[in-house]
Amino acid sequence: MDLILNTLTLTIRFSVALMIASMGEMFNQKAGIFNLGCEGIMTMGAFLGLLIPFSYGGAGSVPFGINLLGLLSGAAAGALMGLLFGIIVITFRAPQGIAGIGLQMFGVGLAGTLFRSYIGGSQSITGITAYPIPVLSKIPVVGQILFTHNPIIYICYALVPLAWFIIYKTPWGMKVRAVGTHPRAADSLGINVSRVRYQSLALGGAMAGFAGAFLTLCQAKMFTAEIINGRGFIAVALVYFGQWHPVKIFLGALLFTFAQVLQTQIQIFVPSFQYYEFLTMLPYILVIVVLAFNKESNKLGPAALGKPFNREMRI
Amino acid sequence: MKINHKIIFKVSVILAAVLVALLVGAIMILATGESVFKTYSIIITMPFSNFRTFSEVLVRMIPLTIIALGICVSSRCGINNIGAEGQMAMGIIATTAVAFVVAPLPRFIAIPIAVLVGAIAGGIWGFIPGILKAKLDVSELLSTVMLNYAAAQFYAFMIRVPLIDPNEKTGTPMSARLPESTVLHKLFKGAAVHQGIFLALVLALIVYILLWKTSWGYKMRASGARQRAAKYGGINVSKYLIIAMIISGACAGMAGSVELMGNQGRAMEGITGGYGFSGIVVALFGGLHPAGIIPAAFFFGILLYAQVNLQILTSVPPNLVEALQGLIILIIVAVQMILSNQYLEEKFRKKFFSKKEA
Amino acid sequence: MPNNTVIEELRLEHITKRFPGVLACDDISLSVGKHEVLALVGENGAGKTTLMNIVMGLYQADEGSMFINGEKVSFKSPNDAFAYGIGMVHQQYMLVPNMTVLENIALGMKDSWHFTVDLSSVRKRIEEISDHYGLKVDPDAFVWQLSVGEQQRVELVKTLCLGAKFLILDEPTSALTPQETDELIVLLKNMSRELSIIFISHKLNEVKALSDKVSILRHGRVVFNGRTADYSPSEIAALMTGHEVEIASNNSEKTKGKDVLVIENLVVKSDRGFNALDGFNLTVKEGEIVGLAGVSGNGQRELAEAINGIRKTESGKIIFYGEEIQNLTPNGVIKKGMGYIPEERNTEGIVPSMSIKENIILKDSDGRFSSHHILKNKEIEKYASTLRESYDIRSPHIFVAAGSLSGGNIQKVILAREIDRNPKFLVCVYPIRGLDMGAAEFIHRLLLDLRNKGVGILLISEELEEIMNLSDRIAVIFKGKNQKMMDAKEATTDKLGILMAGVNDED
Repeated sequence: MDLILNTLTLTIRFSVALMIASMGEMFNQKAGIFNLGCEGIMTMGAFLGLLIPFSYGGAGSVPFGINLLGLLSGAAAGALMGLLFGIIVITFRAPQGIAGIGLQMFGVGLAGTLFRSYIGGSQSITGITAYPIPVLSKIPVVGQILFTHNPIIYICYALVPLAWFIIYKTPWGMKVRAVGTHPRAADSLGINVSRVRYQSLALGGAMAGFAGAFLTLCQAKMFTAEIINGRGFIAVALVYFGQWHPVKIFLGALLFTFAQVLQTQIQIFVPSFQYYEFLTMLPYILVIVVLAFNKESNKLGPAALGKPFNREMRI
Repeated sequence: MKINHKIIFKVSVILAAVLVALLVGAIMILATGESVFKTYSIIITMPFSNFRTFSEVLVRMIPLTIIALGICVSSRCGINNIGAEGQMAMGIIATTAVAFVVAPLPRFIAIPIAVLVGAIAGGIWGFIPGILKAKLDVSELLSTVMLNYAAAQFYAFMIRVPLIDPNEKTGTPMSARLPESTVLHKLFKGAAVHQGIFLALVLALIVYILLWKTSWGYKMRASGARQRAAKYGGINVSKYLIIAMIISGACAGMAGSVELMGNQGRAMEGITGGYGFSGIVVALFGGLHPAGIIPAAFFFGILLYAQVNLQILTSVPPNLVEALQGLIILIIVAVQMILSNQYLEEKFRKKFFSKKEA
Repeated sequence: MPNNTVIEELRLEHITKRFPGVLACDDISLSVGKHEVLALVGENGAGKTTLMNIVMGLYQADEGSMFINGEKVSFKSPNDAFAYGIGMVHQQYMLVPNMTVLENIALGMKDSWHFTVDLSSVRKRIEEISDHYGLKVDPDAFVWQLSVGEQQRVELVKTLCLGAKFLILDEPTSALTPQETDELIVLLKNMSRELSIIFISHKLNEVKALSDKVSILRHGRVVFNGRTADYSPSEIAALMTGHEVEIASNNSEKTKGKDVLVIENLVVKSDRGFNALDGFNLTVKEGEIVGLAGVSGNGQRELAEAINGIRKTESGKIIFYGEEIQNLTPNGVIKKGMGYIPEERNTEGIVPSMSIKENIILKDSDGRFSSHHILKNKEIEKYASTLRESYDIRSPHIFVAAGSLSGGNIQKVILAREIDRNPKFLVCVYPIRGLDMGAAEFIHRLLLDLRNKGVGILLISEELEEIMNLSDRIAVIFKGKNQKMMDAKEATTDKLGILMAGVNDED
């Protein structure tokens, strides 16, 4: 029973980073940019999430505002990295897949470099602590699962409907969808394709950076260069899994986090189980299986995904 | 003078790119608080200080070359293999397992078998994304990355449970030392470089012949260069895509076997060490051609070796090298697009050569 | 204030536009007045679309200028053109398929953009425009659900909603059924009372029915300007196809060979999912050239691809020397002895980054040019050099990238490869499109020589001159059907033009 309860509680808590990063990647892909560098952006965000709070108060507890600053600095770094990626793939029209790997290595390497230089070895921080909501958290079972988290988590969950609203209801979201599906059509209506793509990369990057910072501040409470451990790549895959729809991506993030949390919990609660690596493997295998049997839904994706736009290219 | 402005355009773009790379590298070094000159000079001069240090570069060159050759094949065929890390891990684990089985055999039989098994394991790990791409249109970028993580877990399990060193009492997950009959010997006493370097060089030749001297290679390159024209020409693009991925994976697997048998001696954690990703950089930097890959592998061997030296001699963290590699990828792909952009070339010509032309 | 400007006259003067390696527009001048309809006609690649994209501010002209009511204007973006009330319906519809009609139109109506998109104001605007012009559209339908004709209506409504008083239509009827075409013509005729229109077309009956003035473009140059009423369709046709190309003609007597390519009731789907070929029939005999005339987009591409195994067929038969070859792989068809000169010579006929030498062996890397899969390099080089000489491929040597050659030389590389493989049959699609006189003549002579050797040739072309001079028999394709098959001697430009326009007097 504890196994299930813990698993569900932690799923709610840990899915946030994956969900935010994936939602950010969705904005990129909706605009037609395949950003495989998400992992690198998240690592940079994770480092910055640690930097300010740790410099301020070390391992001790720091004011909430300082932690918040950590989150926001992660987002800012992510936005900058998104724009850097934009220069490579939008302005220079480089192939996005391989450039994404470059961004990933750059981000992970840079975060590691800065971490070693300014912080040194692995240090733990207090981070943002859970704040059980009075009364509600006392409800049996449901209370623990839903209402024992830190306030940031609730705000992040509110991002799901917000992302939906931005994509489907605002003029900017409409431009993003047009630019990612039929950039020529958008161009013919006087919409600046490159600008919209840069904007979406900045937003997507900020979200990935935020997700990384969230991971250090609310989840791991520490930093290493390997902290993201593939979450960035899974975030990219989740966008396919969620068929470019915020709500489905959210459900995907829950599912994958559940699989991940479950295997750690089994290690804790069933120490005699010898094969936990195979459980850890499951989410990755699941991604491949889902992609393989999702062939039809690939057509739902932004038609211009991964294709550089060149107005004067004669077809 | 049409040729003139083209050459000047290309040279200035490349020079600018090198400058940007050095500059951003310098900024990163400055950020760590270390002297830029000192850092760069350690990176460049240390490997050449004596034969031992030089051979440290060569030993890193071996897996880099072999992996990059594989990536060269897949990229030439138009499929991005970023799963070399996982394919390498599968190669290592398969070689480890088989090494103890073939141990009683003489070296000249045991070693080829061990390498071959590593190649097969890597090849299978390359075949999966290949067939998924060809038949189900699954993005190889995603599937290979996912398979990297899956392979890492499988590897961790194998060295923790079935292959764990029986004499190891602390429970550290690693295999026993490979039996003597499957160890690749060092070329010189006291230097790390081992016999695997011959395999790397021979493979470079084989890949060159395959891609440029055989009809198979011709078809792969045609498929990669323009899929539509290849289909028009009657080439079974899907088939060659799968074959290219198998070869690519087999190379990475072999790189793992050789690294294990020549350098590490036993399977343990972190043995792949990012070679799979560095191999991508090497392949790109080498212009996707064996003749370019060998010097590129040497260059990146220097960089990877610098990780060790920087840690000892400076306050620059070794992670800097990874950041530099990422930066180099970004610059290479951007530069390639600039060089092939006729509009920019035209603009360049108009700006600097308009008087002469007019 | 451009918003209130009524365009009395739009004038282009000396517009020149270069793309790397291509001179798309060469010193073009023309003008359109208020409530005038200008037809812009010319073959594919003549520079019509590029010119209109310059008017819309999508491309910037290298030289020349544009004047509205005598005042010089320069458009940097379509927004500038919209501000003057100029709107364009592109040939490939600029509609986002997974958005609704309403959203597609809102995408251009920036005054509906507030915190959210004010879709109700857009809906109102659509209703006004629909009522005013009698253009019915369903605002809530997704674009992907609409037929081509419906999409076109949406495009028109969209352009009008954006305030267009000056319409540019790029081949508006090229994808429409005859009925839809007729409706559109009536509609445009009515609109022309309130609007100025430039429309690009191939179809002479439309030009005649709709336009006040006609301008003919060839190779990026205006070759003719005049009032439509002063010329008959056949006169315009003559001007359009031109006589500047000295076309080798087929004077030899027709050989009476056996049927080698028989196509029966062939049905093939286009990329967009409709039947591009819809019960197509055709027979080609040994040693004859059958010219297939028709406006492009009537199923020619699909036919060529189906014969060569590149496109799957839905039903019907393709019989080649007595064997059914439909749905074989491309390699399977090649092995039967088929040769193919594809429409897209730069992207399909050659691998552009590979050398001439390597492109020459595209279909034979496993055949005569290798043993045990090892390429016979010496032999290939010798062979490629021989072909370079005999086919007059102008290049410094055989190691240059084929993609860097001029269009004519690329075509010679393809022909050299296809013809020298000794095919039993050749499918040849728009072989001289966009080529200069010399190259065109050379290619035509090659085709005639091949015919005289007894090889059957299916020649798909839009250039009537080319078809009439080279062919033994002529067929006309329209909407995926063979309109009529006739002897080349019976054919006249007029007759073919009428058939190409979809009128069949025998129906």
